[in-house]
Amino acid sequence: MSFQILSGQLLVGLINGSFYALLSLGFAVIFGLLGIINVAQGTFYMLGAFGSWMLLNYAGVGYWPALFLSPLIAAVVGMALEKTLIARVYKLDHIYGLLLTYGLMMFIQGMFVYWFATAGRPYPVPLNLRGGFDLGFLFLPKYRAWVVLASLVFCFGTWFAIEKTSLGRTLRAATENPQLTRAFGINVPALLTFGFGAGVALAGFAGVLAAPIYSVSPLMGGELVITVFAVVVVGGMGSILGSIVTGLSLGVLEGLTKVFYPPGANMVIFVIMFIVLLIKPAGLFGRER
Amino acid sequence: MATTSAGPVRSQTGLAGLLSGKVRVPPIVAYAVGLAVLVVAPFLAYPLFLAKILCFCLFACAFNLLGSVGLLSFGHAAFFGASAYVAGHALKVWGLPFELAALIGTAAATVLGVVFGFVAIRRQGLYFAMITLALAQMIYFLALQVPFTHAEDGLTGVPRGYILGLFNLNNLYVLYYTAAVIFLVGYFLIYRITRSTFGQILKAIREKEPRAISLGYRVNDYKLLVFVLSAALAGLAGATKTMVVQLASLTDVHWSTSGDVILMTLLGGSGTLFGPVVGAVLVEMLQFYLADSGLPIQAVIGAIFIVCILLFRRGIVGEISQMLGAKRDTPAS
Repeated sequence: MSFQILSGQLLVGLINGSFYALLSLGFAVIFGLLGIINVAQGTFYMLGAFGSWMLLNYAGVGYWPALFLSPLIAAVVGMALEKTLIARVYKLDHIYGLLLTYGLMMFIQGMFVYWFATAGRPYPVPLNLRGGFDLGFLFLPKYRAWVVLASLVFCFGTWFAIEKTSLGRTLRAATENPQLTRAFGINVPALLTFGFGAGVALAGFAGVLAAPIYSVSPLMGGELVITVFAVVVVGGMGSILGSIVTGLSLGVLEGLTKVFYPPGANMVIFVIMFIVLLIKPAGLFGRER
Repeated sequence: MATTSAGPVRSQTGLAGLLSGKVRVPPIVAYAVGLAVLVVAPFLAYPLFLAKILCFCLFACAFNLLGSVGLLSFGHAAFFGASAYVAGHALKVWGLPFELAALIGTAAATVLGVVFGFVAIRRQGLYFAMITLALAQMIYFLALQVPFTHAEDGLTGVPRGYILGLFNLNNLYVLYYTAAVIFLVGYFLIYRITRSTFGQILKAIREKEPRAISLGYRVNDYKLLVFVLSAALAGLAGATKTMVVQLASLTDVHWSTSGDVILMTLLGGSGTLFGPVVGAVLVEMLQFYLADSGLPIQAVIGAIFIVCILLFRRGIVGEISQMLGAKRDTPAS
């Protein structure tokens, strides 16, 4: 067991963890605001990656503009779907929201498989992030360092926006008591649509970050969202910070498992979920309801 | 392929009553008609295909049993698939007769049901759905890893053998009627469970859990028991399916199979006993006919999901019985 392998897998784990954190964060934002379990979160991640691939190949738009444009496109698609379809089930049992977004996921993913087949499409690493740093014990590719950094900045940015700004306060007010918030002259439905868009944009952003690392494929989000579910159950829905910490640490744990017991790597997050449910059903950061 | 009564739990209208909306047919007649259809069907369509559909009918009914206590599992493929693999292994490698293989497969699903149920019922509603989905994904990854499932290849060429040691299951009619009997037994069992006092308590828990608790019922015990029953019957369906199509594969444990069984129930009518059967028949036929059409099956299934949820949440059987119920009830009440 060399230190090199260990630190290499730790880095991979940290990157996966960044994606888990971004996705479960977007997930928590949407759930907190709308009470909807957005199964299509992985689909928007895929849309983000595909968006940047299409921008590059159809319009010649590079990575850096795509990093902004692609999540925006995903968010616009998401908000359109929220306005036209998802908003119709808010008054029903929340389980219908889960089923509806599952249907959306199946539909969008199915259409992308139909158009693009399942094979992965490579996306080049942006020029100014090629190469890497030789740390002696580990060769750290610049791009991977960037992914971890960007995810962390975005995660804490989101946390800051929700917990510390006036927009965040309004959002939380709309969650706590929509009627009263409305009485203060705030357009709550528009706020909900915006919140949904923001959650989707986080997933789209993760997708663009992921495109150069994993290739771009219609199926890239389908499995991921289930792992994110497990991450969310482990973390609990209580806190934004909790979902960031849980996402990152479970990613790292997965990386470690790949070193010490490779066959268990796929399963370790689910095993952790199982144990957490036995000990603390509300999740590590969740509140018992 | 209509079997048994029109089956909406509340109204007792039979098939003919369904058509006219006025005539009330005693349920016994509806059951006789259903049984007749079940008996005649293999002479009208390909028996192997029908037998496969019956397996999914049982699977959907087993899934729907959980709905009677107000829980929605997003991980029923785990029980269906685990039993499919175990029964397939028992048939192919151990060379056991189908009866024993089905029993072992069902037992495996039951054990899995106890373990998963014990953990999952600690949370409700959305969390329950997410947890069952995640637990089922664990089984999927397990099926990818352990050697006896043959990962991507699956268990192929599973021998069918003889039923009761007498009749060759490779005869398609023997195969079909075996599947039909298994389906009927399962369906009858579910019918009995939902109509029993146990079923009434489940309904009480679904309608108002705190009240059931205050009446002294150990709610979690009831939930666990119905979860295990549902898992066991899903397992029986999975084992039978392996024998019928001679294959157990990763598809059986995949999340999309859990999604499919939800769609079957939703499309047919989740509040009804017979709805899942209608839904299973429709979804299976859809997949069969779409397979050659070049259309993206997944997208079509997704679209049907969306339409079902937005436009008719009661499902086909539920909407029909609602229409009839409204007509009939107005003058009476």
